[in-house]
Amino acid sequence: MTDPQASIAHSTPTDARPAVQKDESMVRQKEMLAAHFARLAAAPVSGEKVVYTFVPGNLTELLLSFGVVPNLPEINALQSGMRRLSGDFIAEAEKAGHSEDVCTYVKCDLGMMRKGNVGPTGNPIPPPDLLLLSYTGCFTFLKWFELLREEYGCPVAMLHVPYQSDGVITSDMRAYVVRQLKEQVIPALERLTGRPYDEDALAHRLALSAAAEEDLVAVLESARSRPSPIDAYFGGVYYLGPIFSAFRGTEDGLAYYRCLRSEVEARAARREGPITPEGAVAKERYRLIVEGPPNWTSFREFWKMFSDEGAVVVASTYSKVGGLYDTGFRHDPGRPLESLADYCLGCYTNLSLPARIGLLERYVRDYGADGFLINSVKSCNSFSAGQLLILRELERRTGLAGGFIESDLVDPRYFSAANIKNRLESYFQMVDQKRRHGASREEARP
Amino acid sequence: MGEGRVNRPTEAPDLLIRLEELVPMPTREELVARAETLYRDLELSAVQEWKARAPGRKAIGHMPVYVPREIVHAAGMLPVGVMGGGDQVEIIRGDAYFQSYICQIPRSTLELGLSGRLDALDGMLFPAICDVIRNLSGMWQLLFAGRYAFYVDLPQSGDLRLSADFYERELRRLAAELGALSGHPVADDALRHSIALYDENGAAVRELDLFRSKEPAKAPAHEAYLIMRAANLLPVDEHTQLVRDYLRAARASERPPLDQSRVVVTGAFCEQPPLELLRTLERAGCYIVADDFLLGTRAIDGPVGANGADPFSALARAYVERGVCTASRYDPARRKGQWLIDTVRARQAEGVVFCAPSFCDPALLEQPMLVAALDRDGIPHTAFKYSENLGQFQVIREQAGTFADTIRLWGPEASA
Ligand code: SF4
Ligand code: SF4
Repeated sequence: MTDPQASIAHSTPTDARPAVQKDESMVRQKEMLAAHFARLAAAPVSGEKVVYTFVPGNLTELLLSFGVVPNLPEINALQSGMRRLSGDFIAEAEKAGHSEDVCTYVKCDLGMMRKGNVGPTGNPIPPPDLLLLSYTGCFTFLKWFELLREEYGCPVAMLHVPYQSDGVITSDMRAYVVRQLKEQVIPALERLTGRPYDEDALAHRLALSAAAEEDLVAVLESARSRPSPIDAYFGGVYYLGPIFSAFRGTEDGLAYYRCLRSEVEARAARREGPITPEGAVAKERYRLIVEGPPNWTSFREFWKMFSDEGAVVVASTYSKVGGLYDTGFRHDPGRPLESLADYCLGCYTNLSLPARIGLLERYVRDYGADGFLINSVKSCNSFSAGQLLILRELERRTGLAGGFIESDLVDPRYFSAANIKNRLESYFQMVDQKRRHGASREEARP
Repeated sequence: MGEGRVNRPTEAPDLLIRLEELVPMPTREELVARAETLYRDLELSAVQEWKARAPGRKAIGHMPVYVPREIVHAAGMLPVGVMGGGDQVEIIRGDAYFQSYICQIPRSTLELGLSGRLDALDGMLFPAICDVIRNLSGMWQLLFAGRYAFYVDLPQSGDLRLSADFYERELRRLAAELGALSGHPVADDALRHSIALYDENGAAVRELDLFRSKEPAKAPAHEAYLIMRAANLLPVDEHTQLVRDYLRAARASERPPLDQSRVVVTGAFCEQPPLELLRTLERAGCYIVADDFLLGTRAIDGPVGANGADPFSALARAYVERGVCTASRYDPARRKGQWLIDTVRARQAEGVVFCAPSFCDPALLEQPMLVAALDRDGIPHTAFKYSENLGQFQVIREQAGTFADTIRLWGPEASA
């Protein structure tokens, strides 16, 4: 659910907006992603097998160990949103009978397919040779791939990841996922590629992942500094692109995170704020925690509403949908399949609601936040159902101001800029008031 | 329409039955009225009465679509189906917890809970059917802290063996927790006995389901619905008796068939349509000869049959191998919608009515695949959405009326 392809450096030549500062990591990411999409497009000629799968619970290292090319339809959908293509794709899917009520990622993907399956970068996306249905944290995934199976008639490998309803991963859950990997997913990949499972190759990739994850966590945790050198929501989606998609367990991925970490550490040492498409945030006025995915169709405008006010997101839950690394999890070459299972079980949307609230509460405290904000997207029941309780509960536990805005992921009909801006302005006023109130209470103390 | 009283059959020789012959059997009207009283019993007074009959009794609520009620029963507790507030509850608090684009059932269920109307329940089970119910399980943990809540993670693996093993473990975990809660650990024999009772109930419910399909004039859908729905509140043996009594009464009734179109209704497996919606479809000229309302009462095709077997394993395998197809279950079959086509054929239906709750992702994402399957087979269909608290039926009545007329006049060539 993140954006591996676009980078902040992606201003089009005709774009009259200010030129954006390009760090080496940005250029590197852009090149990596262009190469990936070119490889994907060339698969029918090169003979490489294409496997569609989802971001939460993705098994990239395993796929790469079999030499197949992953394609992530959520990423294509959000890309289409950023490039303003999604509205037409959604209309196409609704014309074909898909309800206006359901997840717009699905409709965007189906609409794109109906219009020739040309991806957001202009490269054709080849049909899948296998659908790897990693059913982690979202029921819609299941329906999405049933729909694609109908269209493509290709095999499906199903991976049922149990839900952490009690907030813990039990050994039974882990064993069940491992068994499915051994008895279902790996044999499906062996059949597809004609190659035997190679645990050493997998372990090698998992070691690369773990090293990159270490650097990623350092980047995310840099937001504890004041000012924060990163924006962990809007900027975060760029930082997470490679690790949430085709680059976990690759040398390129590792090099990217090394580079990103050194850039971020240098910014922190210089006490610089995050870079945005409009330039660096000059003065950090609000440190926020954000829950929920962003809107992609007006992503830049949305971000600007924050950066104009000096609002920096210091931690977000959306940046954990493809893996929760800042609570200590790392892929482990010493226990390859078990650690893949733990990874799947631990993704953010697979957490119980109380566990999600606990994580947010921890972020508020650890990152010294002034408030928290929920962007509730119409598409996503997995995220959205229960968010109003999250809001109440967090307000109660932290005493901080909570804000609530509504939009959608890739359906432009549900992004009302004026409305969101108004709400944000009132929200920032509320944070100010709470601060003043807090300060006067401090002063009044004997 | 008085149907006259029906006596119990006389073939059984024992004294009890002969004595019963002297006691007039309840009429169909009385049976339906009783079921309707239960339908409207949102305060769960029937459950309170059941609990009051013996000290220490406990009741466990559950959301749709399916939970293993046998386990609850074997732990000595009463399973109670909670299907939202329908059109009978004013939502005061529930709306504060859900955005406008989320279906109705979680908000009315929370309303029931927060207003104390579910206080008779000692716990709640939330089956893994969609993200809304899944997240509701966590909300419940927070809002009703101290009350038991359990998320029943239903198996979705494409492999039957793996699914059955997973589900069996899930059942054992549930049994251990419920046994601790009730103070009656779930013994294998007790579970076998509960399974046998639910198998009997399932047989009666399936018989009713078939009967109303064969003779929809004698067992109209809204009546059959009420009778089946009474399973939510009645102890299983009482419900089985109610279904049998109704069947006898309905068979003996003399309602001539009308010139109505035979339709299958699908998509309403979770949030339930208001009763008036069923009546509206019938008044519009449709005989509902199959549906997926209250699917939990017939979620497994045929008896579980645990005699002599490990009852946990038998229950798990029955669900995995013979659980009915529905949108919230991964369908490993290559022929999507075949079950719907088979149902249409078996019930000699002339068309399909897609009737899904607004904002129901599973039902609405499933629908285009089912539509495509029906189109391939030339089966007519129409579609609308509802919410459980819908109050206006005119548009649906007109749409359903047109559909019923069209398929009656044009048969399979009719299109939606
Ligand atoms: S419902 Fe949410 S998590 Fe699921 S596919 Fe849609 S956006 Fe992703
Ligand atoms: S109506 Fe549909 S979306 Fe709503 S709780 Fe039921 S299955 Fe889930």
